[in-house]
Amino acid sequence: MSRELFRFHGGVHPPEHKAESNSRPVHPAPLPHRLVIPVRQHIGNPAKPIVAVGERVLKGQMIAAPDGVISTAVHASSSGTVTAIDMQPVPHPSGLPDLCITIDTDGRDEWIARTPLDYRAMPPEALRQAVRDMGIAGLGGAVFPSAVKLDPGPQRVIPTLILNGCECEPWITCDDRLMRDRADEILQGVTVMRHLLGSSEILVGIEDNKPEAIAAMQAAAGRLDFAVEVVAVPTIYPGGGAKQLITTLTGKEVPSGKLSTDIGIQVFNVGTAYALARAVFHGEPLLARLVTVTGHVLRPQNFEALIGTPMQELVQLAGERDGMTGLIMGGPMMGQPMPRPDVPVVKATNCILVKSDELFPPLPPPLPCIRCTRCADVCPADLQPQDLYRFARAQDFGRAQEYHLFDCIECGCCNYVCPSHIPLVDFYRYAKSEIWAREKEKKAADLARQRHEFRLMRLEREKREKAEKLAAKAQAKREELTAAAAAGDPEAEAKKALIAAAIERARARKAEVTPKNTDAVPPAVQREIDEIEARRAKILAQARKPLESEKET
Amino acid sequence: MPAPYIAERASVTQVMAWVLIALLPGIVTYVWVFGPGILVTLAIATVTALAGEAAMLKARGYPAKPFLTDLSAVVTAWLLALSLPSLAPWWLVVTGTLFAIVVAKHLYGGLGQNVFNPAMVGYAVLIISFPAQMTHWAAPLQLAHAHLDLAQSAAVIFGLDRLPDGTTMATPLDTLRTGLLQQHTVDEIMAQPIFGRFGGTGFEWLAFAFWIGGLILWARRIISWHVPMAFLAGLWLTAGILHFYDTGRYGAPWFHFFAPSVALGAFFIATDPVSGATTPLGKLLFGLGAGFLTMMIRTWGGYPDGVAFAILLMNVAAPLIDAYTQPRVYGARSKS
Repeated sequence: MSRELFRFHGGVHPPEHKAESNSRPVHPAPLPHRLVIPVRQHIGNPAKPIVAVGERVLKGQMIAAPDGVISTAVHASSSGTVTAIDMQPVPHPSGLPDLCITIDTDGRDEWIARTPLDYRAMPPEALRQAVRDMGIAGLGGAVFPSAVKLDPGPQRVIPTLILNGCECEPWITCDDRLMRDRADEILQGVTVMRHLLGSSEILVGIEDNKPEAIAAMQAAAGRLDFAVEVVAVPTIYPGGGAKQLITTLTGKEVPSGKLSTDIGIQVFNVGTAYALARAVFHGEPLLARLVTVTGHVLRPQNFEALIGTPMQELVQLAGERDGMTGLIMGGPMMGQPMPRPDVPVVKATNCILVKSDELFPPLPPPLPCIRCTRCADVCPADLQPQDLYRFARAQDFGRAQEYHLFDCIECGCCNYVCPSHIPLVDFYRYAKSEIWAREKEKKAADLARQRHEFRLMRLEREKREKAEKLAAKAQAKREELTAAAAAGDPEAEAKKALIAAAIERARARKAEVTPKNTDAVPPAVQREIDEIEARRAKILAQARKPLESEKET
Repeated sequence: MPAPYIAERASVTQVMAWVLIALLPGIVTYVWVFGPGILVTLAIATVTALAGEAAMLKARGYPAKPFLTDLSAVVTAWLLALSLPSLAPWWLVVTGTLFAIVVAKHLYGGLGQNVFNPAMVGYAVLIISFPAQMTHWAAPLQLAHAHLDLAQSAAVIFGLDRLPDGTTMATPLDTLRTGLLQQHTVDEIMAQPIFGRFGGTGFEWLAFAFWIGGLILWARRIISWHVPMAFLAGLWLTAGILHFYDTGRYGAPWFHFFAPSVALGAFFIATDPVSGATTPLGKLLFGLGAGFLTMMIRTWGGYPDGVAFAILLMNVAAPLIDAYTQPRVYGARSKS
């Protein structure tokens, strides 16, 4: 506890509103009749459905497989029948639908065979693969596939492992409750993380407004056979941002544009550690998570809810009230507005914050910026938000980038303190997306130019090769004649061999540059291509024959 | 509507209201030291500023209510009024205020867009155009031969009455300036009754009152310490070096330091965020530069006081200062 703590720049102290929901014990939400499970719940490639409509699935059965390295699996949260695989509303502010697998539950909640993993005996790569197949992703809100983060990479070891139990956003208490009630299992997850990352220093950062959680985690840490330091960190938003927590605990900063692993630190949310423990020691994929339902409800509390449960059902369980003006997924500082109340709970759903005009009065209309720099005073990334705003507004994206727009973590502190009530973060998001769009366009244009240049080069080379071939043919003819005239001339033999070698080289070169746009073609086309290739091979063989036979003579 | 959904109870109106509140100790002291004439000037400036603001908002097609109630025009009016001689004629106040609001503020784009501090632009216009009227400073009551009450002051300001003899007096800075031109030494000049213990008689109390206002703004986090401290340090250092170089020709640094114009400039005008530098280092440079220029102008310039011109000159430099003093952002210290 005597650890020296460091202070990051800025930060704000919004009203915490934790007491509303953290005193009630975690309540398991009843099994819903229907689960709508999006295949895109994590950062990276969406999972690929591997079940068919009408198929019966068991609880814990993989229904969509990870696709690529940065991806993770999705599972049936309960047993039942797949009734649809189609586009459904998902918890995204855009309101655009996404691919979901709908399961009508049968009420039996019948599990697949669950086999705990002997993680110490498994090769690390196999263990990571298993974690990926268990659907584990960061539960702090970013939902980055955990298997990727559990790979220490070429450094082979990540010396410092930080467990994030800060929960700095107002209103949210799911991590608080998890730490109070399930501290031992969280630390079991840490055992696995430590095993994979080879970490020697393990720190748990918890904001000092959660004394019960700190006590529970300290008690649990005392029962371990390795050292875990539970550190109370000052309560300040956004102290639970990964970069900010790293600074608070170690005094180090994650270099701009780099990862924390570049400075030997990996950070996981406590919920992720718990999910990992369930996966490894119980063979349970990620099917449920703690969700804080709070705000304008009668009984704010935490539920253990199945992934795919409609948010509305949880709100009803917590006691719906009149005057609800919408749902926010996450906290009031960084949460996202839900397009409708029946979108499903996903892996990223740490909190459902029910809005009302009373609790969240609409902000007054914005006034011009008076450059008071309160935003700069509170910016945890040490940016000059007033300048970024000016550049974004003027669409001067180059300058915005020069002024480190991409170091903005969109925590909302600047917005929170702005006396002119300017939606600053919206301007930064806008500028970032514009810059991304332009870079994409530029890349596409570059690619088109490259293609064009390559085509010109290819045409030029084909012309040259044709001429070469003709010349070689003519030469061969001449050789043949001279050979006929004076058979057994060693000099002519050597020349012939040289020419043959040159032709061979030219052919090899040509083979190298054969266009490789044959990835992912439909089977029919593939068959056609194969046939053509086969024909070409035959012709080539025939064409080669006279030369070879000639050599033999 | 995207996050965040909560906001601190802060508003532009609140910021401006605190500036006005912080000016109150100064205004009370002003009345106590120089008589109630300033209240008339403040009233004229306030009405003119709001009228000018309303007319410009209408002309530019902006909603009147949110911008009139933000109190920024009132702040400009009060800062200008407090910079003017308290018995200046009404049309002088109106001209200065209108120029500040219409030209310096709205023609540059309104709230938040002005390159120059509007009050100082108004002041500069007046001192260049009407130097004679800008000397109508009421004498400190303890030195004056006649006292004007509110009605008499108003009559003088509105030109209904002639300025009675013995009610105005050269300011300490004017006295120093004229004295030095007449080849007197600083010590001889400073022996005159207009000079008090620290600065000018009466004037020094006004300066203290502005200091208190500045502390209020600092305590309320409306301003940071950077600009005022740098301003005062720049002024003190420059004056100190000059005084050390030749005590006979250059006034003591504390005399300059305790002038009300310096206190008003350092705490209320140079701290104007719109026209000033915004980075922490930039604020220090801005303040230092303003303090240094104030002394340069006071010593060698054509006008007795240089605070207004010093701040206007630094306003020009503010964007450049900001560009060169960008603070290190999180994670930028990387060696690679």
